Amino acid sequence: MKIAVCVSNVPDTATKIKIAAGGKEIDKTGVTFIVNPYDEFAIEEAVKTKEKFGGETVVISVGDDPNKEIMRKALAMGIDSGVLLKTSETLDSNGVATLLAEEIKSGDYDIVFMGKQSVDFDSSTTGQLTAQKAGFNCVSVCVSLEFDGNNITAEREIEGGREVVKTTLPAVITAQKGLNEPRYPNLKGIMEAKRKPLAEKPLSAPAPLVEVVELSLPPAKAAGKILGSDASAVPELVRLLREEAKVI
Amino acid sequence: MAKMIVAVIEQRDGKIKKAGYEAASTAAALASKLGCPVAALIPASTVENPEKIANYGISDIKILNASAFANYSQSGYAGAIVDQVNAMGADVLVFANTAMGKDLAPFVAAKLNAGVVADATHIDDEGGKLTAIRPIFAGKALQKVVPTSEIKVFSLRPNVFPLVESSVAPAVTTIPIDSPDLSSAAVEIKKAGEKLDVAEADIVVSGGRGLKDAEQFRLIEELAAVLGGAVGASRAVVDAGWRPHSEQVGQTGKTVTPSLYIACGISGAIQHLAGMTSSKYIVAINKDKDAPIFSIADYGITGDVFEVLPPLIEELKKVVSH
Ligand SMILES: Cc1cc2nc3c(=O)[nH]c(=O)nc-3n(C[C@H](O)[C@H](O)[C@H](O)COP(=O)(O)OP(=O)(O)OC[C@H]3O[C@@H](n4cnc5c(N)ncnc54)[C@H](O)[C@@H]3O)c2cc1C
Ligand SMILES: Nc1ncnc2c1ncn2[C@@H]1O[C@H](COP(=O)(O)O)[C@@H](O)[C@H]1O
Repeated sequence: MKIAVCVSNVPDTATKIKIAAGGKEIDKTGVTFIVNPYDEFAIEEAVKTKEKFGGETVVISVGDDPNKEIMRKALAMGIDSGVLLKTSETLDSNGVATLLAEEIKSGDYDIVFMGKQSVDFDSSTTGQLTAQKAGFNCVSVCVSLEFDGNNITAEREIEGGREVVKTTLPAVITAQKGLNEPRYPNLKGIMEAKRKPLAEKPLSAPAPLVEVVELSLPPAKAAGKILGSDASAVPELVRLLREEAKVI
Repeated sequence: MAKMIVAVIEQRDGKIKKAGYEAASTAAALASKLGCPVAALIPASTVENPEKIANYGISDIKILNASAFANYSQSGYAGAIVDQVNAMGADVLVFANTAMGKDLAPFVAAKLNAGVVADATHIDDEGGKLTAIRPIFAGKALQKVVPTSEIKVFSLRPNVFPLVESSVAPAVTTIPIDSPDLSSAAVEIKKAGEKLDVAEADIVVSGGRGLKDAEQFRLIEELAAVLGGAVGASRAVVDAGWRPHSEQVGQTGKTVTPSLYIACGISGAIQHLAGMTSSKYIVAINKDKDAPIFSIADYGITGDVFEVLPPLIEELKKVVSH
């Protein structure tokens, strides 16, 4: 099987967000970038799928030089090679998906793994957009995956349970926590990753379909009321919930 | 300017979801502001009381009907919606950002070459441009965006947009969808019991490591049951195996916007706050008065959960009735 995994780099989840001059982007000074947490499940599933069925795995990322660092992590976890679709421009999801879909179509892939969401812009759209543009089937928010030849049985998380989906290759699968337990790269893997091929393809950015007008910080919340330090505060809490908040 | 707005309405087991009415209500309000027609599309095999959508301002209600639509199908639903949108000449689509809407909206958008704004918490017309606000970095920042494509797709964060009653006369039509594209289709739903999902609940009671062990979590379950709410959890207790991941609230769990969120024995790490800060009212019970959870709580008790929760459950039993 020819297997791709798409990864994005995102600010460490503990990052305090500051707005950059210009008011449309975050200030990246001092921010540590990590592999998007959901992409680790995607990488693991790609490696596992190759272990089971053989074939080739490729990590693909749209972005600039800093993305190479997270791609190396994927290589250290066992992915065979990488392709950086290089652009210095900030793209919207449609732009990212357009570039990914072109690469995936021309690379003759059978299956593409992605994360269900990148925890920077929280769109949860890139997998579905890429699938549609590449003419692939798609299962998003996947927590269980089985193959039977070209047939796929996948489970996706929905409100109050799981939906069992049947589809066929070629397909894009977006990973949710629970799909697997991502392995930690070992020393051997890290050493090997340095020698694995990582190609770069400079590309020009497609025009965005959604423009960012402005970025702002949410209004700070006014300090709340501390009602007490033990059970004696319970009646007052219940009263406030009923009479002030009117939520019960 | 908009030519026609369409709300895509979600049903499960033939029942229209609350988030579906929110999409209808928001689409109707936008249409009346922009002075353009509005319609509702419901992909379904059967729907109970589709005319209820008219209570929220949409009279033109179309059921995209196929027996296979008893279950969700990304390819099938998307194909039927896109054909109908093209036939009607609609250029603004409004979805609910539920598990189904999240999956469907971008797929439909790509078919229509439309820009998609996912998880919007605010939509408005600003000087002839439809603008939306969406929380990013798990709510740590707000992004104001404008789709520039001819067709525009929005999905709305559930529980945020108001349900505005404005009755019109319903006109329900059923459009048969012959041989829908079922190249990807759900065949079955495995329910995780009859429990209310944390992302859909109007009241959420969450517990963290302060509960000490899985057994003590029954206090959280009892409190949630008294209030008719759902149980949530911090990642610490999910990682410890006390609770399933489906209950995790936060940056790598679920984003919730209930009317009331009660955090018990949760410190309020930035990744946890990310999933619940937009709750309307937040109550925190934590014995550490410096816990960050108090910085966003409306009401706090700086005490021991084991002392506070049992009398709170008793007191609520007296006053709440379902
Ligand atoms: C990439 C990444 C993603 C993450 N995603 C999430 C996420 O989605 N959701 C999430 O929740 N976390 C997430 N985290 C973890 C987060 O950083 C915290 O570790 C976690 O939220 C802590 O859980 P907690 O509040 O239950 O535990 P703790 O931080 O250990 O807090 C326990 C609290 O209980 C209080 N307490 C103890 N005993 C009592 C008592 N008897 N009565 C009252 N109070 C008591 C303590 O004072 C303390 O404040 C993520 C972390 C990373 C790195
Ligand atoms: N710049 C990118 N390069 C490669 N893959 C990406 C990029 N951005 C997003 N993705 C993939 O799309 C998934 C969902 O991202 P999003 O739609 O932005 O929430 C991520 O988990 C990645 O797998």
